[in-house]
Amino acid sequence: MATKLTGAQALIKALEREGVTTVFGVPGGAILPAYDPLLDSPIRHILARHEQGAGHMASGYAWATGEVGVCIATSGPGATNLVTPLADALIDSVPMVAITGQVATTSIGMDAFQEAHTTGITMGATKHNYLITDAEAIPDVVHEAFHIAKTGRPGPVLIDVPKDMLNATVTWRDPAPLDLPGYKPTTNPHPRRIAQAIKLLQSAKQPMLYLGGGIIHAGAAAEAFEFANKANLPTVTSLMGRGSIPDSSPLALGMSGMHGTYAATTAFQKADVILGIGVRWDDRVTGNPEFFAPNAKIVHADIDPAEIGKVVETEIPIVGDAKAVLTTLNKEWGDDPTPARTDWTTIVEGWKETFPLSYDQQPDGMIKQQFVIEELHRITGGDAIIVSGVGQHQMWASQFWKFEDPNRWINSGGLGTMGYAVPAAIGAKAGKPDELVYAIDGDGCFQMTFQEMITAAVDKIPVKIAVMNNGSYGMVAQWQKLFYEGRMSSSVLGDDILDYVKLAEAMGCVGLRATTMDEVAPVIQQSLEINDRPVIVEFLVDPDEMVFPMVVAGGSNDEVIMTMEDLA
Amino acid sequence: MRELHTLSVLVEDKPGVLARVASLFARRGFNIHSLAVGPTAEEGRSRMTVAVEIDELEQVKKQLHKLVNVIKITEFKPETSVEKETIMVRVSMPVGKRGDVLELVGIFGATVVDVSPSSLMFSLTGNPRRVNDFLDLVRPFGIVDLVKSGRIALARESKTRKPKKH
Repeated sequence: MATKLTGAQALIKALEREGVTTVFGVPGGAILPAYDPLLDSPIRHILARHEQGAGHMASGYAWATGEVGVCIATSGPGATNLVTPLADALIDSVPMVAITGQVATTSIGMDAFQEAHTTGITMGATKHNYLITDAEAIPDVVHEAFHIAKTGRPGPVLIDVPKDMLNATVTWRDPAPLDLPGYKPTTNPHPRRIAQAIKLLQSAKQPMLYLGGGIIHAGAAAEAFEFANKANLPTVTSLMGRGSIPDSSPLALGMSGMHGTYAATTAFQKADVILGIGVRWDDRVTGNPEFFAPNAKIVHADIDPAEIGKVVETEIPIVGDAKAVLTTLNKEWGDDPTPARTDWTTIVEGWKETFPLSYDQQPDGMIKQQFVIEELHRITGGDAIIVSGVGQHQMWASQFWKFEDPNRWINSGGLGTMGYAVPAAIGAKAGKPDELVYAIDGDGCFQMTFQEMITAAVDKIPVKIAVMNNGSYGMVAQWQKLFYEGRMSSSVLGDDILDYVKLAEAMGCVGLRATTMDEVAPVIQQSLEINDRPVIVEFLVDPDEMVFPMVVAGGSNDEVIMTMEDLA
Repeated sequence: MRELHTLSVLVEDKPGVLARVASLFARRGFNIHSLAVGPTAEEGRSRMTVAVEIDELEQVKKQLHKLVNVIKITEFKPETSVEKETIMVRVSMPVGKRGDVLELVGIFGATVVDVSPSSLMFSLTGNPRRVNDFLDLVRPFGIVDLVKSGRIALARESKTRKPKKH
């Protein structure tokens, strides 16, 4: 006999069927029916303190595990609070499924209590979204949503479920075969394009590889490293692509972009062939596209055809999944000897040696953020998942941490969502409980979402958060110092009002503090010894420190500012 | 002025598809000149004919393709397709001054669909250029009201089909 369920039970069962083990959410009126069967489900529900937190937790979970992150919210404000994490996940291609409650179908359009036009509001913030109007279709929609979220270019998918659909009685059945006539992502690259790319790379004198977040999402880091070695390609990673090749490799040039390494930025400008895979030539990377990579023929491989030719002119377009592209490249490159290109290698090595990342930590001076990051790396041996917010601390984390593996660097790249780190770290730790998850956050970011540390304490998710307290929105302040004659309009938060140690304790976490250079290593050590509670470590850092190198927004990559002296 | 392209977009006939397409155009800064939607011969499929002003059409097509409900996109060129628009136009035209005009109107194949003592309403279906020419003709008389449909288009069957290569 066919099993009769409520729509809500069918929804939870459908999630279980997709292999979901952890969801992040906040309940409320319209979604209430779905919360009842959750109690009987093996799925772990982590109760966030704000829906934005739930959304970023799902994102952090997805980055750390490579699986689809799931978040749940109620109608109206619950759903609108998810808009930021959804937009964040869309631009960074994070596979997520968001489930939102909705007022009953009979009330839709009546301006009912907690009614918002969720599918309309999230249309531009999701890869696709659904409004359930037939409870019997719940298994199909959930299956379709997961398929869309994780295939092709991954992204967030939202399912809006009216309360009467959750309360309806349905007959459970396995989802129907997918019927998506308009959704057929190309995953296998065209052999002719691969052959052309190999030919171009083999004849190149100054070629380079450029790897982005697409490598991480496709699980193609090993293949990327293999190809970089095979073809002897100096390799730049985008902010999102950190960890796609080991920083310890002599081929690794570090991060590209506005605050990328000199070697990375200059490699673009001097290369004759650039093979970009899983990248989207963000404006923070190209600077003014008119002056970007003036001598280079560009080979661009991406799962999303719309990214190819969007920003830079492409010589050879390759549409395909990054893993499939790299596997094919490795195979087709064959056993040809690795080209030496000694001149080019020497030039690139020269940049690395002459213009390394640097900072000046005085023993009796204020703590520099870069020093904290290097100390954290030294003490942990680099064995941690690093999560960051957005701003100066993010740039320094990406610059100074040595990434050796994929899925161990989680941050908000495209949308630049301040406040991302705390919830994303919680999501990552929930997905990878045996790994050390250390967030490198700024005080500005931290103050946007720190209430989720209560979630971490209550749900026993022992993340560690380094708060780089410079008493300001550091990056905003940096721009004001550089471009607004130092007029600090609304960028100063104050570094002595909020007591982070007391705040940590109030939230059920351990609070630690370092105010001098000598205290940095001991507090890091201490933080690593506490594993039964979350830890918040405040580092009182130099508010005058600026992120360099820097390419001015909209400027040319030929003009890299290395220090303040360059601006004098 | 940017070039006007006619795109025929085959979509799944599902709620919200029009909103998705319109929203995508708005988000990417593409300017819709006109838009017409209706069912096709196939069950569950609708066709949107979108006239869009843009220099770089490739990006529009690629972005449209990313919409899950969009099945196929075809660009129609005037030389290989039939394009039609319909207008209804009320023109100020007192009794006694109608003779010459009605003759010209007849040449265009427009029909008189409403008559009042002070005005006439014409309806005309034709390719966009012909419709514009007609409007230019009646404009001096004083257009009181005008409504224009979105353009619709279908490809012509090739009259000189190339032999297939084997």
